[in-house]
Amino acid sequence: MRTSTHARWAVCAMAFALATAGCGGGGDSGDSEAVLSASWGDPQNPLEPANTNEVQGGKVLDMIFRGLKRYDPETGEAQDMLAEKIETSDSQNFTITVKDGWTFSNGEKVTAQSFVDAWNYGASLRNNQRNAYFFGYIEGYDQVHPEEGEQTADTMSGLKVTGDRTFTVKLTQKFSTFPDTLGYNAFAPLPRAFFDDHDAWVNKPVGNGPYLVDAYTRGSQMSLRTWDDYPGDDRAQNGGVDLKVYTDNNTAYTDLLAGNLDLVDDVPAAQLRNVKNDLGDRYLNTPAGIIQTLAFPFYDDAWNTAGATKVRQGLSMAIDREQITDTIFQKTRTPATDWTSPVLGEDGGFQAGLCGEFCEFKPDEAKKLIEEGGGLPGGRVTITFNADTGSHSEWVNAVCNSINNALDDERACTANPVGTFADFRNQITDRKMTGPFRAGWQMDYPLIQNFLQPLYYTNASSNDGKWSNQEFDDLVDRANQETDTAKAVDLFQQAEEVVRDNMAAIPLWYQNGSAGWSERLSDVKLNPFSVPVYEQIKVS
Amino acid sequence: MGRYVVRRLLQMIPVFIGATLLIFLMVNVMGDPIAGLCGERQCDPATAARLEQEFGLDKPVWQQYLTYMGNVFTGDFGTAFNGQEVTELMATAFPVTIRLTLIAILFEIVIGVTLGVVTGLRRGRPVDTGVLLLTLVVISVPTFVTGLLLQLLLGVKWGWIRPSVSSDAPFDELILPGLVLASVSLAYVTRLTRTSIAENRRSDYVRTAVAKGLPRRRVVVRHLLRNSLIPVVTFIGADIGFLMGGAIVTERIFNIHGVGYQLYQGILRQNTQTVVGFVTVLVLVFLVANLVVDLLYAVLDPRIRYV
Repeated sequence: MRTSTHARWAVCAMAFALATAGCGGGGDSGDSEAVLSASWGDPQNPLEPANTNEVQGGKVLDMIFRGLKRYDPETGEAQDMLAEKIETSDSQNFTITVKDGWTFSNGEKVTAQSFVDAWNYGASLRNNQRNAYFFGYIEGYDQVHPEEGEQTADTMSGLKVTGDRTFTVKLTQKFSTFPDTLGYNAFAPLPRAFFDDHDAWVNKPVGNGPYLVDAYTRGSQMSLRTWDDYPGDDRAQNGGVDLKVYTDNNTAYTDLLAGNLDLVDDVPAAQLRNVKNDLGDRYLNTPAGIIQTLAFPFYDDAWNTAGATKVRQGLSMAIDREQITDTIFQKTRTPATDWTSPVLGEDGGFQAGLCGEFCEFKPDEAKKLIEEGGGLPGGRVTITFNADTGSHSEWVNAVCNSINNALDDERACTANPVGTFADFRNQITDRKMTGPFRAGWQMDYPLIQNFLQPLYYTNASSNDGKWSNQEFDDLVDRANQETDTAKAVDLFQQAEEVVRDNMAAIPLWYQNGSAGWSERLSDVKLNPFSVPVYEQIKVS
Repeated sequence: MGRYVVRRLLQMIPVFIGATLLIFLMVNVMGDPIAGLCGERQCDPATAARLEQEFGLDKPVWQQYLTYMGNVFTGDFGTAFNGQEVTELMATAFPVTIRLTLIAILFEIVIGVTLGVVTGLRRGRPVDTGVLLLTLVVISVPTFVTGLLLQLLLGVKWGWIRPSVSSDAPFDELILPGLVLASVSLAYVTRLTRTSIAENRRSDYVRTAVAKGLPRRRVVVRHLLRNSLIPVVTFIGADIGFLMGGAIVTERIFNIHGVGYQLYQGILRQNTQTVVGFVTVLVLVFLVANLVVDLLYAVLDPRIRYV
């Protein structure tokens, strides 16, 4: 590999020299053979579809896999990809037909079996897949993934292959938007090679997406090349992508400025001020399906009183979201006015202003509300957060300042940093929180359901504050059973209003995705998951 | 000599056990790492239990330590959370860091000692004052400032080098990171050599050598330098371990995927296996380097004999 890497650098250097000398040209057409380099982070877990729950591994899966559905890179709408049709009459039993003509890049045909095997593998307790719970709605999940003890079955009884290209799915309950969740990576099909020689597959994954893995040096680089025989209509417009692991996004940004890297999809906060100067219009800042909130420990009696609702509402009104997003985040965050995300769109359930005056900065009323609610528990609050990633400590301190100013008390709010993410999650799981804490949510799929149910439903997996409300649960149940999408969305919004009336969590801001790129690239876009749409990028 | 080495090697055993135990406990104190593997959600209890079992976290700490040490002696350093063998991580990380350390040590010896000799022989002259000032600046500016500044100037503004090191990390790309890594130690080596040379210049054996009519060059290299290097060698020897483990900042700035990078990531993910494995090897490097330094004394100073 060494020689070819050097050769490529030489070509890049020459291309750069030509471009600066004015010999570049032909920007729009793009060279379908040219390879671009992009920043990457080392995936935390082995690269298996049902085992990848963070964005870096998800990036790769998104390039090398295509599932039954795919979320439109621009609108986020779930569209049929490998699914010819998904039929149901009762929102509980689904018959799925896989399109003809799809193969994996090793030539194996993608059949109904490829999906069923993959899903059974993902759900099986034995395989330690982090995303197993995604299959939790399928009948028979309890047997392959019991809460404790050994599994009593290898396959889920709710999955049945009925033909070469058809299979049926039986769920344990009605779930009308189930087909729309199938665009998530965990539901990708897997070739036999995955099961037959698992180690070899993990070292060099084989999928059915527009790219194939050419070389993979774990922890430092992955070379993806365009798959020439890709059967789908979203063929890659470039020759391939070299993903390079950067420990520090500042170094990636420096490399971009020096012309050694083509694409950075996470512009460091410290550079936001210079980005316009450095890159001009080669910079993108668009909404992503990420919302930051402050959650509360409802298991702590002090926060689970009738008056505490008013305290939470008061705290929310004491936060000057506008100022914080402007000064600290340079407008790469937008003040939140509901509990979802703008990427859902109005039809998808996003409703600006649903939070009403509780999300507006009104320091005087905030003080009044907190006093009415009996004051802060113990006279003060601490905001707990993990200090190892992001610029969390900066905004937490700003939020605290804002609260302190509103309450005229310098000691009302203090920040409580936790060293590592793992420790932070531990304290949450062990219910050790005594005051508000950082809760971020990046959607798995662009549905309003995904912004509400996992976070606020009783005992849901990401309900970190252990909030529980019967009215909310009932509304979500009804919404999941509703076959008419518009009505379902309406019910979810009613559930969201319950969240608002109880101020179960304080919405802070919607997070944007950002990207910067070199002069060689054009047509760079970010999808609603803040991942670059690699296959559409043109390289000149 | 032989008995001395054996004694020293035996002394290493308790140091090695103590150091690894400390690291093991420290990583464990940070808490359960499994919770960090499931993103912003609670791991489902069944999977969490399986993972704990896989990484041996379900047993009491002392038992974990014993199993771990037992495995280490058979060459099994465990598995990182991303499914890679720790030995595999070491095989990719250590060669890179060793190259980086070699370059740094080379800079320290060549530039540091040369500057030290020059200034030591010309005490009080403008050269001496200039170098002293320069080393003061280098010592007082933190490494990450020097690193980022040089990276920006040489990499972006002037375009002489690539700001980051490629995954192969060949020697030529590591020159600047090596210099940055060595900078502070280099300044110390300069000052140490300078003081030592200046002091020994007035000693009896130098005067005797000069009186014998030996050429100046021979006096300086054979007599003066050889004796003055003893404290410098101690410093450089200890520095090897420090450079290998302490390259976290430099490796981060220049995106070098070496030991510092693996340690950093291991600590963030609370990956006991990675952190303890790497630190264990670093402890060994440190111990061996110290032994070599002590043996070098005998070579440099005829008055020292080991029995």
